[in-house]
Amino acid sequence: MHHVVLERWSRGASFLHARDARVKVLVLLTYLVALATTTPITPTAVAGYAALVAAASVAARLPLGGVALRAAAVLPFAGTFALFSVLAGDGARAVSLVSKSYLSAAAVLTLAGTTPLPKLVRGLESLGVPRFLTLVIQFLHRYLFVISEQAQHMRLAALARGGGRLRLTHAAGAAATLFGRSYARAEGIHGAMLARGFHGRMELLAEARLGPADVLFLLAGVAAATALRVAVGAAA
Amino acid sequence: MNGQPIIEIRGLRYRYDTGTLALDGVDFQLFPGETVALLGPNGSGKTTFALHLNGLLRGEGFLSVCGLAMENQNLAEIRRKVGLVFQDSDEQLFMPSVLEDVAFGPLSAGRTAEEAREIALAALDQAGMRYAADKAPYHLSAGEKKRVAVAGVLAMNPEVLVLDEPTTFLDPPAQRDLVALLARLEQSKVLITHDAGLARALASRAVFFERGKIAADGPVEEVVERFHWDAAPPTVPAAAQT
Repeated sequence: MHHVVLERWSRGASFLHARDARVKVLVLLTYLVALATTTPITPTAVAGYAALVAAASVAARLPLGGVALRAAAVLPFAGTFALFSVLAGDGARAVSLVSKSYLSAAAVLTLAGTTPLPKLVRGLESLGVPRFLTLVIQFLHRYLFVISEQAQHMRLAALARGGGRLRLTHAAGAAATLFGRSYARAEGIHGAMLARGFHGRMELLAEARLGPADVLFLLAGVAAATALRVAVGAAA
Repeated sequence: MNGQPIIEIRGLRYRYDTGTLALDGVDFQLFPGETVALLGPNGSGKTTFALHLNGLLRGEGFLSVCGLAMENQNLAEIRRKVGLVFQDSDEQLFMPSVLEDVAFGPLSAGRTAEEAREIALAALDQAGMRYAADKAPYHLSAGEKKRVAVAGVLAMNPEVLVLDEPTTFLDPPAQRDLVALLARLEQSKVLITHDAGLARALASRAVFFERGKIAADGPVEEVVERFHWDAAPPTVPAAAQT
């Protein structure tokens, strides 16, 4: 499951893992804005932006292949819209849609793979993201584990009783059961959180403090993304 | 008993949304330092009752904890005073590391990060789990998870511990370790269990639940005998032995 792998990645110990979440979010935002505003996007620009993400992944000791593979999760969505563009005779827009979506997903994955979720959420909150949104992110993340765990239990139970490939007729029933079981489990977890005083905010043991390395990383990250944007803009 | 009850309940009734009447007029008292075992068949209302003790469920009737009536303004304080250890540790452990999980309660109660870390480490020491402080909870054995769950509750410095089937999923050595840990803790305890041996080891009093009511309340041995609640050794009927 993607989120289990991301959780494992995020608990690494590289230079990037140690950086303050707020700084990483700001660098990511700069990168995304630079990428989104690069129009038209040339193969050189794609290569430049891809090199930046790859450099970050390597610095974070994340598996490059793993990041590349997981970023492909956006392709079915981006591909659908790209297909419409191709049909409308706008091939350049199709290339732009697919490449930008894919590179954005890879960059977001690099952030998520180097920042444990509680820290990421606190970083987002201190950058002004509304509490309601960060709460939704926290619960979504926690319950993704619940749903995947329940799905694995059901799969094992089916295999143990000789079930093989899931037939379409069974899929709807299985989905309903999965929802019911996940809901009950999620209620249990929510109860356990309330029982220990949860009041809508995940407090952290280590309060984030900006250090010189964080400031340096911020300056270097923003400068790299901006320089690349200017360079590919000038070349185009 | 020693003075005023630490938990007092009168006429507690609770009906689930499905229409099932889970508690039908329960009266109960728990005194300081006392350990009470809740026995009874599956579905008799024991867990529903336990969830009322720190306000996760709210039924009709009177309920007070340490002199605080079960009302919205007292809920946070009551949840600090009554520590609930869930049957399934995987529901209880939700933070990325053991230390962060145990520190969750003190942090939520407004302690500083430094205080919460010290409290969490002390609770892990008490539960014999300090060595696992930096591990992810899902990498622990069932016995270790249960001890971390107990540590997470101890970190809130509760006056009452409510333990729902604490030995479920544990192998015999882990059960022995947990019983030794629980026996060392001075808090009053409410212990939900099907295991008469566990009730004998930890509790002085037993309450027997039947169809949402308390059918008996007295010394563990008397209650166990009256309801034949000792697990019989497995036997195969003669007719089946061919």
